[in-house]
Amino acid sequence: MLGESSTRGAQSKRRGTVDKSVTTKILIPSGALGLGYDREALMRGIALKPDLIAIDGGSTDSGPHYLGTGTSKYSRSSIKSEWLELMQARAMANVPLVIGTAGTCGADDAVDWLLDITKEIVTETDQDVTVAVLKSGQSADRVINALDQGRLTPLVPVIDIDHSVLQSCTNIVALAGAEQIQAALNTGADIVIAGRATDTATIAALPLARGCHAGGAWHGAKIGECGALATTNPSSGTIMITFDADGFTVEPMGQNARATPYTVSAHMLYENSNPLHLYEPGGHLDVTGATYTALDDRRVRVTGSRWVPSDTYTVKLEGARCGGYQCISLALIREPRYVENIEIWTEAVEQNCRQKVQERIAGDFTLELRIIGLNATLGAQDVNAQIGTEVGVLGIVTAPSAMVAKEVAKMLNPYLLHMPLTEDEEMPTFAFPFSPNEMNRGEIYEFCLNHVMELDDPMQAFSLTIEQVRA
Amino acid sequence: MTKLADITHKIRSKNAGPFWITIDIFCADEAEFKRAFIAADSGRVAQALGISVSDLKRYDLPDIRVVKFSFPRPIVQGTRFDRDMHGASFANLIAELDVTP
Repeated sequence: MLGESSTRGAQSKRRGTVDKSVTTKILIPSGALGLGYDREALMRGIALKPDLIAIDGGSTDSGPHYLGTGTSKYSRSSIKSEWLELMQARAMANVPLVIGTAGTCGADDAVDWLLDITKEIVTETDQDVTVAVLKSGQSADRVINALDQGRLTPLVPVIDIDHSVLQSCTNIVALAGAEQIQAALNTGADIVIAGRATDTATIAALPLARGCHAGGAWHGAKIGECGALATTNPSSGTIMITFDADGFTVEPMGQNARATPYTVSAHMLYENSNPLHLYEPGGHLDVTGATYTALDDRRVRVTGSRWVPSDTYTVKLEGARCGGYQCISLALIREPRYVENIEIWTEAVEQNCRQKVQERIAGDFTLELRIIGLNATLGAQDVNAQIGTEVGVLGIVTAPSAMVAKEVAKMLNPYLLHMPLTEDEEMPTFAFPFSPNEMNRGEIYEFCLNHVMELDDPMQAFSLTIEQVRA
Repeated sequence: MTKLADITHKIRSKNAGPFWITIDIFCADEAEFKRAFIAADSGRVAQALGISVSDLKRYDLPDIRVVKFSFPRPIVQGTRFDRDMHGASFANLIAELDVTP
């Protein structure tokens, strides 16, 4: 980490922006890098001279695979093409470009992946940049120490952890807040590539550093973090949030997008279990007293949000570990008598297969058959399930090794293909879409941490380095 | 039969992190909100979701005419028995609640 006093001086000299009376305009191109956005809307935002461009790189929403493997959900080509455009937009505006939760999961490998793409772009476009790289990865040892020292607090629902759970994680990350993003901005870097961070931190950091209203900074950041989702035209992507001493103003950049008091206030519902409070490192946002006023038919002003600092500084942890190996198989059933009796048939397939496996293989496994076209989405909870003319039967085998998973799936194969409904009938054959019909899904992962970790200093669990990237 | 979807504007569900699901019931006007407020009985909602009512958090938000429910995922996101990675379909269980007067 760089010393704060020296880096803050560098920033003042370079940009001359540390002035508490100054309003702060943050341009958010879209809800996530890789999702796409309206280019004209982005250019309209650049013309309005933002103070910073912020974009989110991911979340846990697509499941534990990405954190488990430290990889990105979006294709490298999509990320490169959008990141190139944002780097060009940044150069035009001459302001910092900040991405949080780089590479979907924000693990250190995913940060390095985006840094690599950045270097490639610099070489190809002949555009030198300074990049601040903020990493959020946690060693198992650090988290084990925190556990032993009573500095880990479980959140609800409580997930039991011990040393072995922590040691088995392939990646653990801590969610950076505004303080860590500010430390990265204070280096004066052109681009900040941050690992796992809260969705709001990259947007709230600069307004908070400049002394804008704290409740407004966090609330505006939450409204802006999904891009134009808080407007009447979500697919337009780009939005500008202007922060000041009393609150914030929301202005969509898409020509056909409007922000209304309703679209803005309703956005606190989105992906939030609690629509009134949002927990962040160092405190929480309370929007109970917020008021939403239409400035005209496309801009909304918000005041009255409150930031409530906490007694201790904590960061949320996320961890993923291997949850076994999976092999799946799919049969398509169109024969009416089998479709009508699909639940009886499926149960018999499962029983027969399980029995055979237990006779022939030692080892743990689970076998589950889901009936696609009946209740594969909701299972037994779906009291309104109705069957159509065909169903798919998806066999899912999970085992401690890929070899055992495949062996079990291969034993399932003849049952899915040929098992008769009753003993005294001709052997049926069902449709298999593939050969081989078994599809190896490899290692699956599971989230295994729902905790916060107490820190003495916000940078204690994060690392910050500067890269001068030259063409 | 009248379903909850018939008397409200939109019902959606989504993950709120890997361990929670949240369901938003949007109403078009105050009259709809008043009906939904009563029809979306917490006990029945919990039963439809297959969870204990004590695990269900409820927020009634008259200003935006929304009733919101949040609950810990019965199966943690992405574990082997999870059927719905983004929690998208839980809304259907609530939309199809029979609320015939």
